Amino acid sequence: MLSNISKKVFTKSLWVYHCNSGACNGCDIEILNVLTPYYDVERFGIKLVASPRHADVMLISGGVTRPTLPIVKKAYDAMPNPKLVFGIGSCATGGGCWFDCYNVTGGAEKAVPVNYFVPGCPPRPEAIIYAVALALGLVDKNVAPVDVKQMELPIDMYERNKAWEERNAIYELLKD
Amino acid sequence: MWLISKIKQVLLVAKPGVVTLSYPFAPHPVPKDYRGQPYWDHHKCIGCGGCAAHCPARTIMIRDVCQELRVMMYDGSRCTYCGRCADVCPEDAITMTPLYEMATGDKNDLSETMELFMATCHRCGRCYDHETGNSIDKMRNIGYRYDSIEMRAVIPKTTEQLDLNVLKETENFKRPEKK
Repeated sequence: MLSNISKKVFTKSLWVYHCNSGACNGCDIEILNVLTPYYDVERFGIKLVASPRHADVMLISGGVTRPTLPIVKKAYDAMPNPKLVFGIGSCATGGGCWFDCYNVTGGAEKAVPVNYFVPGCPPRPEAIIYAVALALGLVDKNVAPVDVKQMELPIDMYERNKAWEERNAIYELLKD
Repeated sequence: MWLISKIKQVLLVAKPGVVTLSYPFAPHPVPKDYRGQPYWDHHKCIGCGGCAAHCPARTIMIRDVCQELRVMMYDGSRCTYCGRCADVCPEDAITMTPLYEMATGDKNDLSETMELFMATCHRCGRCYDHETGNSIDKMRNIGYRYDSIEMRAVIPKTTEQLDLNVLKETENFKRPEKK
């Protein structure tokens, strides 16, 4: 649904603002890699801009640390509506290894509303392009929650066991 | 003079050809031994919890609902894809798949939940793996099947502490939240 909306809203070129909120520069290098001629996202009209006031999309990398939290919020408020926010990397998605550290907010979602998450440490440049393509509605979502069971839990077994014991109370007498 | 230099430039560019990937329209294979999303084989898993103990980002959580049921939850949102879980797994139940196209709008799409049935020792009541190598042990395991009516009498009552409320609560296993 979100990609349908963004297809209608973001019909022209997307301008991207890259916001480092305490990342280790791994994700930032991958974002720069996306802009190189090898991956070349400019064929989709995506362009890196220096100011959030010019941008349609904010790419947040890094679990938002305590000093950067007000700055990230300010940058988000400075962007004109409509805006998309991408969390790049495991830190921006869920906080990474330091999700419960004292100075880490624990993911970009805690600071600003995030539309798309790109997990990976760092994500491949293709994964970032995939997220953009997902936002533009070019590809379909690839992941879904997995829920598997080794065996159905035999809850009825406990009730039947109890009934069996009551029925065969004679064995209790024979125990002595 | 400028024309010659331009022709030189064109020739220089023509030599390597087009280098840009047509990525979202054509798939791009990953290098060998690339670590993408981990995958749990629930047929092989014995529920030892080694992956949960070794995970640096603590993405893998294990909770015992009752003696015989163990719930494993993998929260992929903060996974760093280090592959230590796959290294430590004694049964090779975890494989790092080459899947990297995991962009999503919902963090819960990255999670994986697995309910493990733990067999218990007849003597001590602790959990152990279904023995497959030893044929004498295999015979004893037949007696453990919960659907065998005749053998229910010999099933030890290790599940007396099963609480249906706990089971109901853990159905939608919540990720730990920071306060």
